[in-house]
Amino acid sequence: MFDEERLREFLEAKGDWEEGTLGEWLEGHPERKETFETLSGYERERLYTPEDVEDLDYEDDLGFPGEPPFTRGPYPTMYRGRHWTHRQIAGFETAEETNERYKYLLDQGQTGLSTDFDHPTLTGYDSDDEHSEGEVGRIGVAIDTLDDFEDLFEDIPLDEVSSSMTINSPAPILLAFYVALADQRGVDREKLRGTIQNSIFKEFIAQKTYALPPRPNIKLVEDVIEYCTEEVPNWYWANVSGYHTREAGGTAAQEAAFTIGAGMGYIESGIKRGLDPDEFAPRMSFFYVSQTDFFEEIAKFRAVRRIWARIMKDRYGAESDAARRMRYHVQTAGESLTAKQPMVNIARTTIQALAAVLGGCQSLHTNGYDEALSIPSEDAMRIALRTQQVIAHESGVTDTIDPLGGSYYVEKATDEMEERILEYLAEIEEMGEGSMREGMLRGIENGYFEQEIVDSSYKWEKRKAGGDLKKVGVNCYTEGGEDTEIELFQANPETEERQKERLNRVKKERDDELVEKRIDALREAVENDENIMPYLVDAAKAYATEGEMMGVLREKYGTYEDPGVF
Amino acid sequence: MAATDSTGTERTVRVLIGKPGLDGHDRGAKVVARACRDAGFEVIYSGLRQSPEAIVQTAVQEDVDVLGLSILSGAHDTLVPKIIDLLEEKGMTDVLVLVGGTIPEDDQEELLEQGVDRVFGPDTDINNIVEYVDREVET
Repeated sequence: MFDEERLREFLEAKGDWEEGTLGEWLEGHPERKETFETLSGYERERLYTPEDVEDLDYEDDLGFPGEPPFTRGPYPTMYRGRHWTHRQIAGFETAEETNERYKYLLDQGQTGLSTDFDHPTLTGYDSDDEHSEGEVGRIGVAIDTLDDFEDLFEDIPLDEVSSSMTINSPAPILLAFYVALADQRGVDREKLRGTIQNSIFKEFIAQKTYALPPRPNIKLVEDVIEYCTEEVPNWYWANVSGYHTREAGGTAAQEAAFTIGAGMGYIESGIKRGLDPDEFAPRMSFFYVSQTDFFEEIAKFRAVRRIWARIMKDRYGAESDAARRMRYHVQTAGESLTAKQPMVNIARTTIQALAAVLGGCQSLHTNGYDEALSIPSEDAMRIALRTQQVIAHESGVTDTIDPLGGSYYVEKATDEMEERILEYLAEIEEMGEGSMREGMLRGIENGYFEQEIVDSSYKWEKRKAGGDLKKVGVNCYTEGGEDTEIELFQANPETEERQKERLNRVKKERDDELVEKRIDALREAVENDENIMPYLVDAAKAYATEGEMMGVLREKYGTYEDPGVF
Repeated sequence: MAATDSTGTERTVRVLIGKPGLDGHDRGAKVVARACRDAGFEVIYSGLRQSPEAIVQTAVQEDVDVLGLSILSGAHDTLVPKIIDLLEEKGMTDVLVLVGGTIPEDDQEELLEQGVDRVFGPDTDINNIVEYVDREVET
């Protein structure tokens, strides 16, 4: 970026400053700490200068927005054209309650829907299964059959509102419910827009709502990729998630690397099915967290886009911008929220949301201030949504694209983040002997990912306990206000019984013979290693339950047991 | 760190960290397990999705002094009493039962009445948990 002569002059001047102004100042004014570290534990320098961007090549490393490597943003006009999608998650109790929350959020100006499911739904058990006891409708909405989907999306036009569904191991089944519902309403499958998370690698790495073992589960991911590409072309077949890796205690580089590694694994899966990356890769999106360390997050967002654009071209031969452009949803960090002095969480969430926006996200969920205590209340969700709206409409940060581009610090931090991520990717590739798909699987099987995350998480916890990592209201500024009374969401104790009754009614009213026939057809498809999606859609239409469909898969593939790495 | 067993012999404090229910959030459980191990306790981690029966069986087999249960999903009010009852059935009344996770205040009091020794909510310093175990397990 600089000619040698100018740089030499600069370095001399910097040396003078260090010896003179700085040196003298430090004698009387020591700094607060010996070393300064980011939330992830990466060291930060006192000052960033032209020296740090000396090797930066504008065209290769940054480029213009909307052009590879997309460091400055995936689209040419970014938020000058359109703001990111304000996509708050909802999901609790039964389909009716969640549908009401959907309508409330749409009325409040939300522009897309996002669903959280309860543990039984996430792990493929019906609400009346013994595994489900105490969990029905607790951390998300309970779904057992198509009947629940009918209520969940009541009065919501499937061809106008996009829906994101946070579901992984049973993703093919939930997608089947959605397609079945669209068919029932006569909505063209091509008009369906939305995302099914279907990000199975991270389930074994971090979120742990797995059901089937990794290898057969990847086969199901491939079924979804193939089916969507052919049948539901505007639907996103995966939302490759790093959020949970970070929430489980991973560092920013681990989050980014394990996510990009997973994304590469899915691309290799699609290629294995004979699909062309230029065709299917544009229908995969990503999902990251935004933590409170502002610049670390911005650097991460800029680095992942750059890495992805390069990998897609150099490794997988993708030519189109659509296939090389990484787009992602961001959620602010639930992990960072404190139960003590909960209103302070609004400040944390604001910083995190701002980092997500300055990093160039396409869609954002801001957490409710009460989430360290319970499912968010309506009030907490409204404030969270308003936080996004203030950033979008009042802050002015959306008027210029990538306003931090060119900052010595931001560019250097982006480079460093890229380096750390690439180191992890090389390690995973080595485990897979050249294949990322295999590397991800082996890393799961040998406990590599879990061990990496547990180690970081423990280090983090010790920094917090030692007071080195400050947490306002928890290990500093703790006097007063800890017990702020806030109105919390109250779990309805009757939900479980109501949902069981509902399931019971559906089972009584449906045509059992038809269900049996379609479940048999599914079993045969599983046995023959066919793509099971069409069979799931048929079974869904007959009101087969999620547990019945999952049962067929469990019969064949077994279940996954936690290796218990700590 | 030591405890005395039924014969009066000193031995290392044994801690079982259990994850009942379907909840996959295991960060807290693992951090506490690591902190206990670092403090010199003998630590067994159940792994995810263990039934109350399986957890209590492990507690009996391993003759643990402490049972730490980690639950985020809200299923504590169903699962914890079940585990306490099973412990009583097995005559494991001396076990120190700790619960960690997102437990609303009203529920915390109920859990304490049912026989839980202490509930550690979000934001708990890991050192506090270790100190508590060290103090409460008879040495």
